[in-house]
Amino acid sequence: MKTKIRHLLAAVVLMLPLAAHAAEEGPALDKAPIDIQDTESLQRGAQTFLNYCLSCHSASMMRYNRLLDIGLSEQQVKDNLLPDGAKIGDQMNIAMNKKDAKVWLDNTPPDLSLTARSRGADWLYTYLRSFYRDPSRPTGWNNLVFDKVAMPHVLWELQGDQVLKTEKDAEGHEVKKLELVKAGNLTKLVDGKANTLDYDRRMADLTNYLVYMSEPAQVTRRQIGYVVLMFLGLLLLPLTYFLKREYWRDIH
Amino acid sequence: MSSSKGQTILNWIDERFPLTSTLKAHITEYYAPKNFNFWYFFGSLAMLVLVIQIVTGIFLTMNYKPDGTLNGAGLPVAFASVEYIMRDVAGGWIIRYMHSTGASMFFVVVYLHMFRGLIYGSYKQPRELIWVFGSLIFLCLMAEAFMGYLLPWGQMSFWGAQVIVNLFGSIPVIGPDLSVWIRGDFVVSDATLNRFFALHVIAVPLVLLALVVAHLVALHEVGSNNPDGVEIKKNKDPATGIPLDGIPFHPYYTVKDIFGVAVFLVVFSAIVFFAPEMGGFFLEHPNFDPADPLKTPPHIAPVWYFTPFYAILRAIPSFLGTQVWGVLGMGAAVVLIALLPWLDKSPVKSIRYRGPKFKIMLTLFIISFIGLGILGALPPTAGRTLISQIFSVIYFAFFFGMPFYTKNDVGSTPVPERVTDTNSRRQIVFLILVAVTVIGATLFAKLV
Repeated sequence: MKTKIRHLLAAVVLMLPLAAHAAEEGPALDKAPIDIQDTESLQRGAQTFLNYCLSCHSASMMRYNRLLDIGLSEQQVKDNLLPDGAKIGDQMNIAMNKKDAKVWLDNTPPDLSLTARSRGADWLYTYLRSFYRDPSRPTGWNNLVFDKVAMPHVLWELQGDQVLKTEKDAEGHEVKKLELVKAGNLTKLVDGKANTLDYDRRMADLTNYLVYMSEPAQVTRRQIGYVVLMFLGLLLLPLTYFLKREYWRDIH
Repeated sequence: MSSSKGQTILNWIDERFPLTSTLKAHITEYYAPKNFNFWYFFGSLAMLVLVIQIVTGIFLTMNYKPDGTLNGAGLPVAFASVEYIMRDVAGGWIIRYMHSTGASMFFVVVYLHMFRGLIYGSYKQPRELIWVFGSLIFLCLMAEAFMGYLLPWGQMSFWGAQVIVNLFGSIPVIGPDLSVWIRGDFVVSDATLNRFFALHVIAVPLVLLALVVAHLVALHEVGSNNPDGVEIKKNKDPATGIPLDGIPFHPYYTVKDIFGVAVFLVVFSAIVFFAPEMGGFFLEHPNFDPADPLKTPPHIAPVWYFTPFYAILRAIPSFLGTQVWGVLGMGAAVVLIALLPWLDKSPVKSIRYRGPKFKIMLTLFIISFIGLGILGALPPTAGRTLISQIFSVIYFAFFFGMPFYTKNDVGSTPVPERVTDTNSRRQIVFLILVAVTVIGATLFAKLV
């Protein structure tokens, strides 16, 4: 049934495109392997988010008790994730002053509540994996999908060091590539070959969480949607159709 | 007993208020042609969307705050209040998505409704005023949508409003002062947000409702047109005075329109529950970033329903040292629609009995309109601008050439005396045309 409705939806969506998206400028983005129903992935993502992101970035539209929706208990949130002095119903705000941040970091770190909806999951997933060493930058870091980004590579201890390599492809075009030169806690470097599977998986979890956080109602939304469409398609649509036919029988 | 009691109450009311006679005139004894087809669903659907927008809008205002100042977390209060509705208000997300989807669906339905009028000559004598009221409704709807789009106070809200209000600045002499007067400030700001909120919630809806009433009163005065463009009032039953091809609106068209409502709700719900952003066309991605007057987005695109007119604006180059020509062109593109009743000189109404010239021009017009809509959503390049210019010329040629190419342009089949049935040949042609349009538009969007 679910797949049938999905097919139906796909058909509806395909019939409606009024224009296609412009090809975005910049490097190709990797497809983020996200699954919003995977609560374990969301929990790992939430943990990464709270440990690494939430010291500089706020998520002021997200409340801590929303984490109960992804399978955590109130006690778990209180014991492991809630900052000292914060209440379970509080929003994920940060202590850092915006003006100070501007001075210290050259930029105010944006609120991340909705970033997954403005940037998209693929962008986030690629961005989180595209930091590289760049001595010309004040932080020593740059990013392939966000040139001259003010943010240093906060997850450096997990990923290790990447450097930018410019190669020429068969047609002579310059291709920018990142190469892992020093392994981190979640990456391995064996005989010059990089294994980034664990880091990629962690970033997928983080992206998954950011997508969830950008619209916490989305799982409920789809669940209600199936019920509504079934009511409309199986009950209201046939009922109104036959009612119309019955009334119109004598019109020729 | 009870029915006579009910009759007594009804009589009491009717002596003081024209209840029964109004119901008869507009519903139970309003005779509509019996041959309405697919295109005739969209009038009642527009009414449905209007009601959806008003009801969801009322609930949104209960929690929305038109406030451009920053909250404790450094986010604009208006922007945060929309997210508060999406997350913390019970049922808030569904109300908000219904309102945002409703805005786009309003234009889907109204564009199809207008296209119906165009192909069946519904604006022609004696229905000129219905068309003029309808055009005013369209104008109001554009104002309503434009001002409503500022309220979420995202990046596209802010910069879209900035671009459009600046257009008024290009008008010679009074322009700069005019745009300051509209904004209430030198840039789009809290003052602009507050006045747009007032206009969006009170002023424009009031005008819109009044115009809808006028639109319907005028329609019921002269009676509905139909796909054959035959006046059903010309063939009345001599005994009853009822048009032979007419059937009472209720129950026939009420039950038919309810079926149309059911189909519409399937599409509407599919979007609300499964694709509320509609791939960035109903809710633009950059609008999930809060408005930032210091950060101009690389590409400012209006929402899809404005893109045909926006493309015309961009297609017209500035000359004689002013950009006002594009603004005038965009304005003319909207105003010309209202003048159709006087531009069309054809002796027949419906496309079924028109000649080849109108059909060719209409095809070119549809290609241009959809093409402009696609181009208006994309960042401009030299090639795209050239195509926009060609399409703009066709758009205006459709209107300005109309008095000439519609004259004596009749088809080989004469207009029948009585209305005809929709046959399977027409249905097949219709489905083929819809498929060609969808595939053509998709291909064009991919290639351009």
